[in-house]
Amino acid sequence: MKVRVFVTPKKNVLDPQGAAVGHALEALGLLGLRATRVGKVIEIEVDASDTPEFRGQLDRLCKDLLSNPVIEDYRFELGAS
Amino acid sequence: MTIAVLQFPGSNCDQDAFHLFSSGLRLPTRYLWHKETDLGGADLVVVPGGFSYGDYLRCGAIARFSPIMGAVREFAARGGRVLGICNGFQILCEAGLLPGALIRNASLEYRCQMCELRVEASTAAFNPSTLGAVIRLPVGHGEGNYRIDEGGLARIEANHQVLLRYAANPNGSISDIAGVRNEAGNVFGMMPHPDRAFERFHPSRDGLAVCRALLASSVPAVGKLSA
Repeated sequence: MKVRVFVTPKKNVLDPQGAAVGHALEALGLLGLRATRVGKVIEIEVDASDTPEFRGQLDRLCKDLLSNPVIEDYRFELGAS
Repeated sequence: MTIAVLQFPGSNCDQDAFHLFSSGLRLPTRYLWHKETDLGGADLVVVPGGFSYGDYLRCGAIARFSPIMGAVREFAARGGRVLGICNGFQILCEAGLLPGALIRNASLEYRCQMCELRVEASTAAFNPSTLGAVIRLPVGHGEGNYRIDEGGLARIEANHQVLLRYAANPNGSISDIAGVRNEAGNVFGMMPHPDRAFERFHPSRDGLAVCRALLASSVPAVGKLSA
């Protein structure tokens, strides 16, 4: 199974990288820009099946390691590899 | 009084911290590799600066799970004193031993410069009357922008957990925060480097007074860790 974890800065947390990328997008002619946030995607391939236990384990791993709940939000998608 | 300086893959201020405590403060000091699981009776654990695990994922995110951190967590819970400098501060925040988190500098620039720091009245030993209202310590970091939610900020301010504030904020930290302690008053973290301010040839020697103040901060008696 393929797991894709998306980690993004929390909405109310300053995102200096997002702001800088937003300025560059505007400099390249993007009109009407409202917000830019820079996060990361972590792709995991694992022999597992989509069960509540597995999702619970993923939640714990996301909270403990893959994101920092003080400054980041996460979500994940499960799919066939 | 014995000092243990932790070493992670990518720590690069471990020798500076070692010399600060061994030569600067003349205390028995030794290194402790991150694979160890026992602090060997240390009275103060120093988590030094650097780029542990290449700053992969987030600064300090992976070091936090090193074997030695279990012993550090237990030591801190028993009132043992822990000091995190720069990357060490980031590791202690990631480990949940200190409140808040550190993100990319608002300028996106790595800042390597001398900073004037306002000393806060935090403990009986760490305050403006023991250290002076303003001290000077250098910083060198790309991710020193301290962040904490509103409720957390109100809590650490009410508990006098802020140790130091930048006179001129180099990184965008909320409320100019440069260093904090935990609520119990035995875990300390700061982005500025006392380990780069203690030799005669350094532009400031305020690192010595800062460490003496932290060592003198009264904490509950802690039994030597042997398990």
